[in-house]
Amino acid sequence: MKKKAAARGATGKVTRGEVEDFLYHEAALLDAWRLDDWLGLLTSDARYFVPSNDRPEADPANTLFTIADDIDRIRGRVTRLKDKSAHAEYPPSRTRRLISNVRVVERNAKELRVESNFAIHRFRRGESIREYVGHYRHLLRVERGRLKIARREAVLDAMELGSMGVVSFIL
Amino acid sequence: MNDRPLVLNDPQAPSFQVNRSSMVDPGILELERRRVFDVCWIYVGHESEVRAPGDFRTRTVCGRPVIFCRDSKNAVRVFLNTCRHRGAMVCREPEGNAKIHTCFYHGWSYDRDGRLDGVPGEKDYPASFKKSDYGLKEAPRVETYRGFVFLNFEPEAMPLEDYLAGAKEYIDLVIDQSPSGQMEVIQGTQEYDIRANWKLLVENSFDDYHLLTTHSTWLNYLKNAGVEMKRPERGHLLPAHGVGKPLGNGHAVIDNVNFRGRPVAKWIPVYGAAAKPEIERIRAELVARLGEARAARVADTNRNLVVFPNLVLNDGSSMTVRTFQPLAPDRMRVSAWALGPKEETPTARAVRLDSFLTFYGPGGFATPDDIEALEAVQSGICATYKEVPWSVMSRGMEKPGEQLNTDELHLRAFWLQWDKLMRAEPRAPG
Repeated sequence: MKKKAAARGATGKVTRGEVEDFLYHEAALLDAWRLDDWLGLLTSDARYFVPSNDRPEADPANTLFTIADDIDRIRGRVTRLKDKSAHAEYPPSRTRRLISNVRVVERNAKELRVESNFAIHRFRRGESIREYVGHYRHLLRVERGRLKIARREAVLDAMELGSMGVVSFIL
Repeated sequence: MNDRPLVLNDPQAPSFQVNRSSMVDPGILELERRRVFDVCWIYVGHESEVRAPGDFRTRTVCGRPVIFCRDSKNAVRVFLNTCRHRGAMVCREPEGNAKIHTCFYHGWSYDRDGRLDGVPGEKDYPASFKKSDYGLKEAPRVETYRGFVFLNFEPEAMPLEDYLAGAKEYIDLVIDQSPSGQMEVIQGTQEYDIRANWKLLVENSFDDYHLLTTHSTWLNYLKNAGVEMKRPERGHLLPAHGVGKPLGNGHAVIDNVNFRGRPVAKWIPVYGAAAKPEIERIRAELVARLGEARAARVADTNRNLVVFPNLVLNDGSSMTVRTFQPLAPDRMRVSAWALGPKEETPTARAVRLDSFLTFYGPGGFATPDDIEALEAVQSGICATYKEVPWSVMSRGMEKPGEQLNTDELHLRAFWLQWDKLMRAEPRAPG
């Protein structure tokens, strides 16, 4: 699918099927904790956001978020998560992501705005399942024929984080 | 119930031990609700969260649902969120502005001052029924110190300012960061549960002994980002000097020379080069307004303050307001907000929020590991507290004079006040 996108050379030709494959690939890398490979899906100016549950539509410049990373902090996050001293994720939790309802909601020559639903189940030893349900907003670009993530926002549906507790893995 | 010692303090030995049943036993939590939470000043919210007449926020304080709001004269009020008719929660929205709060069950409605305003079919009540008898109940005492609103369910409690004792000095250091003396809560609430006893978060909030081992990934991140960290001096565990101090009535603080940057006002590389002039301008304003010495006091130390029993003001990498309510012996709900000067520029505000997230909160590089530590403690003690009853808290006990932030004098201050209240005879009923 990456080669096809290159051949067409424009976001205008990227199909929803290709976008779905891309999102499923991202989910598979994260569930497998292949975090360096996941970094390879990001643009060099990528950003990653998880808004506070009570302000899902806000701007991180004037609103407290749960996560608001630029590319440097995303890389720092991956470095941290690969360290055994990231205690909240050691031993790493197991996650399983279900992605659905994928829609390309806007596109221009350079970028695609994609929304999808997610249900992420997180398992830790001796604990009941923690469920993270919400929707993704991805901003995708085609760079050298490949889809890349310029921005990803994971918006949780719950009114508060509550029993989810932490967002210590990459949502 | 409370027939065994829960805190063993032996200054002669010296030793200080806390009984682990105090973090496991449901009977202890029941007693805490009455002997600690119902007689202490408990944080409700900040004045800036409700600004205009009718503004309200609903939250749980001391286990009670309350409406934290402004009345028709713009005074801060705290009503119990329960209808005088049958008891339903009158207001079920998290926040908003309302002239009238109507209980949907039978339609009783209350105005912004808590007066019962409308009763459907009022004429069918007996003649003795007077609406003026059925206003929303208020917390018996509500007082404010420099924008921080507290309530007290003990009508005879000492005034808030007396209660705060030495904590006032540290709240004043927070307020001095604003040119007009007005700090505000920034929108966006971090609200999450920890599967641990609430007192473990009190300890963790100002326990610098755990910093190196629990937060090495955060320290590595700062180092990799170019933040200068000196090798600890002789006798120290951390890169900068810091002390632990009891402040009276169970409040305590760690007061540290800053090495990790401050939005007001110590730039570090993590903030980005673009923000450097802005942070320097804030510093210059502080010096002009407060003088060199006070400006340095405000901007070159980081303070983690515990206001007994469950308010934490972390004044460092950013300014956090954090309170937590026990839900069960092994579970608490945390609410945390960012606080900033009202007149902060968009650039400085963005730096503040960004800096908050590097360390703090459920998605930060440090807080999740704190939570993991507390949950590991809870898992460790819940089934073993009979065989292994005591936790050790004696660091620094043999040292004369100043106690370090990595010592435990300030933690002991919390526990001694807790023990004193838990041992106090309840007042005679009526």
